Amino acid sequence: MTAAYAILFYAATLILIIGLVVKIRQYAMTPAPLKIPTTPAPTTKQGVVLRMAREVLLFQSLFRANKWIWLFGWMFHVALVLVLARHLRYFTEPVWNWVVLIQPFGIYAAFAFVVGLVALWIRRIAVERIRYITGPSDHLMLLILLGIAGSGLGMKYVAKTDIVAVKAFILGLLYFDWQPLPADPAVLIHLGLVALLMIVFPFSKLLHAPGVFFSPTRNQVDNPREIRYAPDATSNAAPGE
Amino acid sequence: MDDFTLPGLKEPVEIPKIDQGAMAHSQPFSAAPDHQIALGFPGELVDDWHDKAIAKFGEILDSQRALKVYMDACVKCGACTDKCHYFLGTGDPKNMPVARQDLMRKIFRRYFTWAGKWLPWLVGAKDLTRDVLDEWYSYFHQCSQCRRCSVYCPYGIDTAEFSMAAREIMDHIGMGQKYCNEIIGKVHDIGNNLGLPEKALGATLEDLEEDLEDETGIAVRLPLNEKGADILLITPSADFFAEPHVDGLMGYAKVFHQAGVSWTLSSKASEAANFAMFIGSHDQMGKIAERIRDAAMELGVKRIIVGECGHAWRVAYNFWDTLVGPFDFLDPNYPIPQHICEFTYDLIQKGELTFDKSANDHITPTFHDSCNVSRASRMGDMPGGQFKIPRDIIKACCNNFVDMADDTIHENTFCCGGGGGLLTDDLLELRAKGASPRMGAYDQVVKDHGVTHLVAICAICKTQFSKIMPMYGFAMDDIVGVHQLVSNALILDGQETNEENNGETVDE
Repeated sequence: MTAAYAILFYAATLILIIGLVVKIRQYAMTPAPLKIPTTPAPTTKQGVVLRMAREVLLFQSLFRANKWIWLFGWMFHVALVLVLARHLRYFTEPVWNWVVLIQPFGIYAAFAFVVGLVALWIRRIAVERIRYITGPSDHLMLLILLGIAGSGLGMKYVAKTDIVAVKAFILGLLYFDWQPLPADPAVLIHLGLVALLMIVFPFSKLLHAPGVFFSPTRNQVDNPREIRYAPDATSNAAPGE
Repeated sequence: MDDFTLPGLKEPVEIPKIDQGAMAHSQPFSAAPDHQIALGFPGELVDDWHDKAIAKFGEILDSQRALKVYMDACVKCGACTDKCHYFLGTGDPKNMPVARQDLMRKIFRRYFTWAGKWLPWLVGAKDLTRDVLDEWYSYFHQCSQCRRCSVYCPYGIDTAEFSMAAREIMDHIGMGQKYCNEIIGKVHDIGNNLGLPEKALGATLEDLEEDLEDETGIAVRLPLNEKGADILLITPSADFFAEPHVDGLMGYAKVFHQAGVSWTLSSKASEAANFAMFIGSHDQMGKIAERIRDAAMELGVKRIIVGECGHAWRVAYNFWDTLVGPFDFLDPNYPIPQHICEFTYDLIQKGELTFDKSANDHITPTFHDSCNVSRASRMGDMPGGQFKIPRDIIKACCNNFVDMADDTIHENTFCCGGGGGLLTDDLLELRAKGASPRMGAYDQVVKDHGVTHLVAICAICKTQFSKIMPMYGFAMDDIVGVHQLVSNALILDGQETNEENNGETVDE
């Protein structure tokens, strides 16, 4: 089991990284032939950085669109960041100070994570318009995320696992010195789903994460009259795909 | 024309119940083979349309980052689902922006992604069949490329990019749309969308000069092809004779006259509109823009000013310089290009225009932000100048001004329902229904604040509303242009301002 999970995680990491590199390279190499910022748009590069920051950190456009989707979506994403930060303690020895400090917040965040996801799923089923645009992969994504959260909380509150051994396993992966993985179902489900999520990332809608930074309607400066927009002809080179 | 029932006047953003297939029957007339071939497209659907379409699709994906990113990025959050005026007006779920995009995305997934190749059922990937193609023809001609959805999308996904690409693909396999492609042909052959030849244009302008002299007692000129003029005015051809457009043209002429600048129109470039944007053809868009640059060079002008036209301003402001620039032969001390509203606004700021506001006292106007001006371009040197400048002009020449509800103006504005190459009678039902959010918002200010007129700075909006407003119980001349109001109130130097005559000359 240890070997299977070790290999799974190495493979998942490789797929995630290579997949993202390939995708980001495609986005970057594909030319943006015309200026198409959604206006009013910033007229300076600094302005664009701020606009992008508001989009990525606060979900500004989503807030304007729909307060409920914003509330649950933002809650889920912030919780995700906190939970991930909390999990850094399994990757570091000694554990960094700030990671120690945020441990309790990571726990609250896990509940917010679940509440946000469940609320989004309810919307998907209950709101006619969103039900119409929802496909099997959208449900599957929610299932994976909730499975990860459920198994994680299960380990914390229901069937405690040997967390010290889990940490040893993870550090072993990092230092190529494999340590046995506790064969608790909750651990296996948790880690298995995380690996699955990493694998599907570069092939799924999770690409919205790198994608938003390459969105011309959001990242272009509104200055066509001030500076002639002449995208570099060399960027037309085929990216190889 | 088929019979249809209008949604009626209601809250502008009231979300309808889903009505599957409600607009599946809506399709524009197909382009005739001649019109297709003239633009370098196949005359009719080619035999190997499937492979050709996929090849063209791939070509666009590799040359346009927006589409490439937007195909992947959508998370189906639903933020856009209640933002499209065509969805709000028809209830057809395929008019929800994400669903419209998915008509293309499902093909993208099938042919260009690993998941769609191996797990089509999971990710909603579909083969490109004749039925899918027909659905494209129907629903990508139910998008006015107004970009309202892109304002609200957390990733800025712009459905206009999808509909432009879809139309480009369809053109390349012989499935063009009559209205757009016929018009683009006319621009190439004659110089403008309406097919108005030089002689007729000259005669029209002379008639308008007479009208202006009758009205003001002053010889206000509308020069054509005058070499050595400082300013070339590029304006939509509807301004030459359609109502209410022509009143705006007379307004521009008066402003130029009062400013004391020399200006001219061009018969070669007697059209600001560039319908190539609607069909997603950068190639055609460049050709149409090129003739404006040529005309400016031949006439030796120093500045180019663009008249009241929404998408033309997007093309001029954002695309001209990239497609056919640089315009380094023009005077760099002025914006290249400049919007007529910017020109008039500057004069107002400098105190060079005198208005008799009472001439517009019979009007309580509200302003309809045109989508391509609001969400796809700018005026002035500040973001949002495109909202402030036209309103300030209206306020400078009218005593009464009322804005519509916040979620229906500025970048939240609703399309008139006729933009994006849909301003044709074979799409009348769609146009009428798509106008319902704007009509609802207008109705509110009519009832609450006694608004009498809707003001626009777009030829398409003006034509659309003069046709559609009567269907909603308003008068066809309740739609006016900004420079029409300017024209009503502007007092020219030396103009007789006999108080008895004030305000009566311009009443219809």
